[in-house]
Parts: sequence; C-alpha cells; structure tokens
Amino acid sequence: MERSPPQQTLAGRLAILGTLGALAFSVSAVAQQELDHAKADAEFAKFRAEMEDSNPAELFELKGEELWKAKRGPKNVSLAESCDVGLGVGKLEGAYVINPRYYPDADKVMDVERRIVWCMTEKQGFKFGDIAKKPFASGNYTPEVTSLVTFVAGHSRNMKFAAPIKDPKVREVYEIGKEITAYRAGPYDFSCNTCHGSDGKRIRMQNLPNLSTPEGSLKGVMGWPGYRMTGGVMLTSQWRMNDCFRQQRFPEPKYVSDTVTALLTYMTVNANGYTYKGPGIKR
Amino acid sequence: MADPMKIRAAMKGDVCEIRVLMSHPMETGMRKDSDGKAVPAHFIQTLTVALNGKAVVSGQAAPSVSRNPVFGFKVKGAKAGDKVTVSWVDNKGDKRSDEATVA
Repeated sequence: MERSPPQQTLAGRLAILGTLGALAFSVSAVAQQELDHAKADAEFAKFRAEMEDSNPAELFELKGEELWKAKRGPKNVSLAESCDVGLGVGKLEGAYVINPRYYPDADKVMDVERRIVWCMTEKQGFKFGDIAKKPFASGNYTPEVTSLVTFVAGHSRNMKFAAPIKDPKVREVYEIGKEITAYRAGPYDFSCNTCHGSDGKRIRMQNLPNLSTPEGSLKGVMGWPGYRMTGGVMLTSQWRMNDCFRQQRFPEPKYVSDTVTALLTYMTVNANGYTYKGPGIKR
Repeated sequence: MADPMKIRAAMKGDVCEIRVLMSHPMETGMRKDSDGKAVPAHFIQTLTVALNGKAVVSGQAAPSVSRNPVFGFKVKGAKAGDKVTVSWVDNKGDKRSDEATVA
C-alpha cells in the first residue's frame, strides 16, 4: 500500500521535530559539560594556589643549589664556575625563560635540561651514558639533573617567557617542532595535534590545552619542572615530553634529544610574553 | 643525615603562622618494589615545634602522611624575632632539627 503525501509530510515533520529536540538537548548537555569543566578547573586552581604556597619543589631547589655550587665530576669543577645557561657563566637570574636558545659552543639549540647535561659532560667530565641511564625520577630516586633544572628554573619566577625566536637557528628548530606536533604515526595513528591541536578536547576528566594557541602552550610549559603529588616525585619538561611519546605508543626519544628540544621550543615560543611562575605543583 | 626542612614563620596579627616543609620518603611499609619485596616502613613518628627553646607543639605522625609533607601551625604569644625550632624523629631513629626566625 502506498502512503499518501500528507502522511509522509507529517512523518517528515515529526522526524525533523525529533532531530531538533535531540539537537537542543545535546547543545544544553554540551553547555552543561563546559560549565562543569570550568567549575572543576576553578577548584583545581584553588587547590594549586594553596599548594604553591608550600611547594615541595623548593626541597629540590635546595638540593639543586648544593649540586650547582659543588666541585664535582672527574674534572672537579662546579657548574657555578663553568656552566653558561644563556646569560653567561654562573648567571641564573632570568635564564630559564630565555631558553631554549642557540649555544655556539655546542652548535645546538638547547633547553635548560639539555644544556645542564651538556655542561655536566663537557665541563665536569661526567659520562653521558651514566646520566642517561635513569634520567627521570621514580619512587625515592631523583636524578641530579632534575634537582639542578629545578634550581635554575627557580631563578626565573614571575618572569616573562622570551625564547629568542628572532635567532634563525631557533626559528628552524621551532618549525621542526611544529612539524612534529602534526606528525601522525604509531599503532593508533595519531599526532600531538589530534588531542592538543584544537579547543575543547579532553582525556578522561582532564581538559587538554590547545598547543597552537599562546594560552594553550603556556599551560604546556608553565608548571614544569613540577612536583607531582601522586608518587611525590619531581619531574621535568623533558620527562613530560617523553611520557607524551609513551602515551602515544611511539618509540620513546633518547634523553635530551633534538626532537624534545624542538617540541619545547615550539611551546615556549608560543608562550612568549606570558609569565612563568616557577617550578610548579601537579596533582 | 636527612635533608634540611624549609620553615616559614610570620606574624599575622597577634598569631604566628608557621609552615614547615619536610623532606622525607614517608614509606608506609605497604608498598612493594619491582622484585615484589615489601619496602620497609620509614616515616616520621614525632615532631615538635619550639619557640625560643620552649616546646609549643608536639605531635605524632603516621604512615598515612604523604611523602615530603607540609605542616602548618598557628601559635599565639609569639613576636617577630623569636626563634622557631622544628624537629622530627622517624621510626628508624633518624632525626633532623632546623631553625627559623619569626618575621
């Protein structure tokens, strides 16, 4: 039996009404979700403000200071009298926020952690293999480099990020970093940008920053090095990048590799002009 | 020897606010290492706060307190320039004592 045209129209209208209803429902659900996220963010912000007042990262700054000033390694020199982290040998005030930068003596663009490792191998005579054996904190173990990075970072509290993007060498590495964020690969075939390239993405309950915006990149670099309360360990931005690769099921990069410097350069330059608050605290 | 504490003490009105950040592993004894062996308990057991040598707070801590713990106290009857001494003893007999001046 054939349906008459009026019946079809009625069915059509009902269908349209239904769709509209569903749309209205989903729009309000999304709005509600965004509101919930904003509320959760505000709660975490309060929590962080409370914790920043007594951030255990300070304990690692103290350790880092000892290590920075002590004569160590086969060559028995201190980093304080041999290591230039961007402003000249031993100068730390505001050094963290002008990295990554190009170092002619190493002929490489380096972030602070990479630079400290370079100083430890070149100036103090430590073996890279020994440093890279266990480069990140776990349990009660904190690598010396992590404490040193925290100490150096603590000297740039409340200063503005100013990575030297006008330097063509830095620009080149920045562009490479940008490319890497768009590189899709791995068993799940996704890139950094899949989750961090547009607004409103989240993983489980955690909102993800959009790294292509200055505010998003700021979130990416601001809290590092950071004390993570889960496990009570101090971790650096090198660790953060490494863990991103692990979570993507990519092969993990070698310690202080060009790849990680490129990504840190990309994010830091994007965050240029925004204030760095110093070593952070994470939940 | 344990790592130093970080102590902040400041007058807020007529109350002295003391905040102490301690460096300690605070092992519960319940965790297992990668070989499956239990990690022995190692935690701060007693802590005291003294003002100019006179104990004003004495307390006990247990394994449920986090690693690298932060403690806050409010003390009446202190004044700027007073000497605050914080000390702790852990279950292995290890101890640490640090000083600060009320600001």
